[in-house]
Formats: sequence, structure tokens, C-alpha cells
Amino acid sequence: MARITASVYTSHVPAIGAAIDLGKTQEPYWQPLFKGYEPSKQWMKENTPDVIFLVYNDHATAFSLEMIPTFAIGCAAEFTPADEGWGPRPVPKVIGHPELAAHIAQSVIQDDFDLTIVNRMDVDHGLTVPLSLMCGQPEAWPCPVIPFAVNVVQYPVPSGRRCFNLGKAIRKAVESYDRPLNVQIWGTGGMTHQLQGPRAGLINREWDNAWLDQLIADPEAAAATPHIDYVREAGSEGIELVMWLIARGAMADIDGGPAPTLRHRFYHVPASNTAVGHVILENNV
Amino acid sequence: MALDKPYLDVPGTTIFDAEQSRKGYHLNQFCMSLMKAANRERFKADERAYLDEWPMTEEQKQGVLTRDLNRCIAAGGNIYFLAKIGATDGKSFQYMAASMTGMTQEEYMAMMLAGGRSIEGNRYLGEDGDAQPQHQPQGAAHKKAGA
Repeated sequence: MARITASVYTSHVPAIGAAIDLGKTQEPYWQPLFKGYEPSKQWMKENTPDVIFLVYNDHATAFSLEMIPTFAIGCAAEFTPADEGWGPRPVPKVIGHPELAAHIAQSVIQDDFDLTIVNRMDVDHGLTVPLSLMCGQPEAWPCPVIPFAVNVVQYPVPSGRRCFNLGKAIRKAVESYDRPLNVQIWGTGGMTHQLQGPRAGLINREWDNAWLDQLIADPEAAAATPHIDYVREAGSEGIELVMWLIARGAMADIDGGPAPTLRHRFYHVPASNTAVGHVILENNV
Repeated sequence: MALDKPYLDVPGTTIFDAEQSRKGYHLNQFCMSLMKAANRERFKADERAYLDEWPMTEEQKQGVLTRDLNRCIAAGGNIYFLAKIGATDGKSFQYMAASMTGMTQEEYMAMMLAGGRSIEGNRYLGEDGDAQPQHQPQGAAHKKAGA
């Protein structure tokens, strides 16, 4: 049987990808941020999964306003890093896991979550920056990845509660897969940031850290955070944090299992316009 | 019955909801077209002619021509789409963010390095934070307006 062994949470700021690609990680501006991910890269080497289920959002790259799926699961054999206007990032192609993705789609849709199945999709920085942060600059990513895109661009986005419950359904789906795969689930985006209007540049360190505390120790409370709290306290783009709740909802303690182990926690301001948060939780089952 | 939109009283913030998306459909799809190099070239060669190929409002076209992102957002633009205009111009995202506040990019960068914009006074319209309407524009644009 497959199982979810750990969850990883991280911001996916595009400027971080550019800093890596342009060899700027040791510059004074970026050095403190990348230092915070050194333990994560080590952890990733020691705990390489068979598959990563990577929750992220597309930023007007694969999805224009022609179609706006709320939840989209990538079932293709591979996904090409997208050209977002500055040329594609020089990172490896993303290899999918069509068998597990199809299995999860079947199970989760039968659990009343209406996923959109995507068989062709380029992936943008929302997906590739977390891979770069956790894996560095390898020739190939260390394992297959199932991209799971959530609409957080056009409101209303799915509620935190719905994302959390979706995480539970994903865990159930993974655990009903016959092959003994080690699966990690990653939730990405956030933390506080606002990229638009006169309030652009908003950072709310206190709110971010209180929310991280809840995410780790009282996830039900984090899941109950209403949309308006994200918008008001964490900025219009801070609402990306609902995606972290999909990963958190997939952990064993949500379903009566033991509490996870906090392996790493990191917070840094700024990365370009954004507060960066990062957590690694390991399941104890 | 009217829809519940509790986000309308957040200062300096326009939420891209279904209504804004409907208004901005052609503006945002125009931006999306700039993902293709050939379209970027045609746009740069004659911006007005390129914009006239799209069923956009005159207000939306003026917003693009003057690179006034706040005006574009008010007319239904979304920042992830509008960012493609900046990419076409060779501008960074931080430049674009700064432009919406009135600050120079240097001023905006310094604010971010100092921990970002404070939430205090910027939660509700009617408070006194720097993102409130009565304090626009900010930074260099404010000094210029006062001079």
C-alpha cells in the first residue's frame, strides 16, 4: 500500500527561482533565505520519496481566463517548465506519475471533490520553485511529481475548510493504492503578500507566525480561517495559504493518528514582495 | 439577494472576483497574448493598433497605454495577467508593484527590506495607514504632488 510519509510547506516566490537560476544565492540579499533551506535539502536527500504530490497554483500561465478550474490534477507522463515571459526556467522536465494520479482522481471524485483532469499542461514557478528550494539544481528531479493546481487567482477561491477536507480525501486515495509507494504531499504559496494596488508590499509577520503555530499544532483552527482574514491580514495574494491546508489535511493525525514530528520551520522577510514560510512535518505511522 | 463581499472595505485592495473577471476578460486575455514573442513585437511596434484588435473599453486601453496598473485593475485587470505587460517592457515585478504605490522602485525595495508595509492602519478603510486613499500617492510621487 502507498502511504503519505511527510508534508512540506513552502512559499514559491518567482524571484527565488530567478536567484537560483542566475547564481545569486550567496548574495547578501538572498543568502539568509537559502540558508534556511539548507537543512531541507539535506532532509530531502535522506528522505527522497517515490512520488511528490505537489499542490500549487498556476499564475496565468497554463490557465488563462478561458478556463478556470478550481482543482486540477495533472495526469500526464511529463510536464514542461513554462515560459512565463522571461523564457522557461533552466530546470529539468517534470516527470509525472499517471498511474497514481489517475487512481487519486478516481478516488477523490468519488469522494465528492470535482477535480478537473489535465492531460497536457506546462508548469510555472508555483511548481518549479519549491522543487528547486528542496532539491537544488539536479540534472533530473529526484522522483516523479503529480502537479495539483488550485485556483487562487479568481475569487472566490476554495475555502480553507474545503481544502483541508480535500487533503483527507487525498490521503484516503493514496492509502488505497496497491503499490508500496512513499508519497510526500507539498503545499505551496504564501505567506503574507500583496502584489496589487496602494497596499502592495504588505507583510504581517505576527499573523504569519500565529498561523504557522496553528497549522502545526491546531490544524482544525487553521482550516477554519475565513477568506476575509487572509485578505485583510495576509494580503490579497496571501490567500494562497489555503493550499497548505490540503497538505496538512492529508496528515495522519487528522484521521486519529499520532501527531506529526516538526522536522524544520523557517520564516524570512523579504523575498522580493513576499514573506517566506517553510515547514516540514513527518508522519509517525 | 446581494452577494456577500466582505472584502470591499480593505484599503488599497481590489479583489479579482467573478464580477471583476467578467469586466476584465478582454483586457486580461490581451495581456495573455503577450506570452508569445511575435505578439510582443507587434504590440511594441504599434501599441494602439494592437490594442484596437481587442474588444476592450477605451478606459482599459488608456490604462495599458499609460502603464497605470491601478487604472487597469479598476477596469477588471488582474495583476498576474498585467505582469505580462511589465515583462514585455523588460520591467521587474518589483518595479510594477512600486508603480502602484507611487514609490520609486528604490523606495519600495527599502520598505520591503525593512520588513514590508505594516498592517497597522491598513486593515479597514477609514483608518490612517499608508495604504489608505487619503495618503495616495506614496513616496516620491507624493512629494512631487506636494511640491
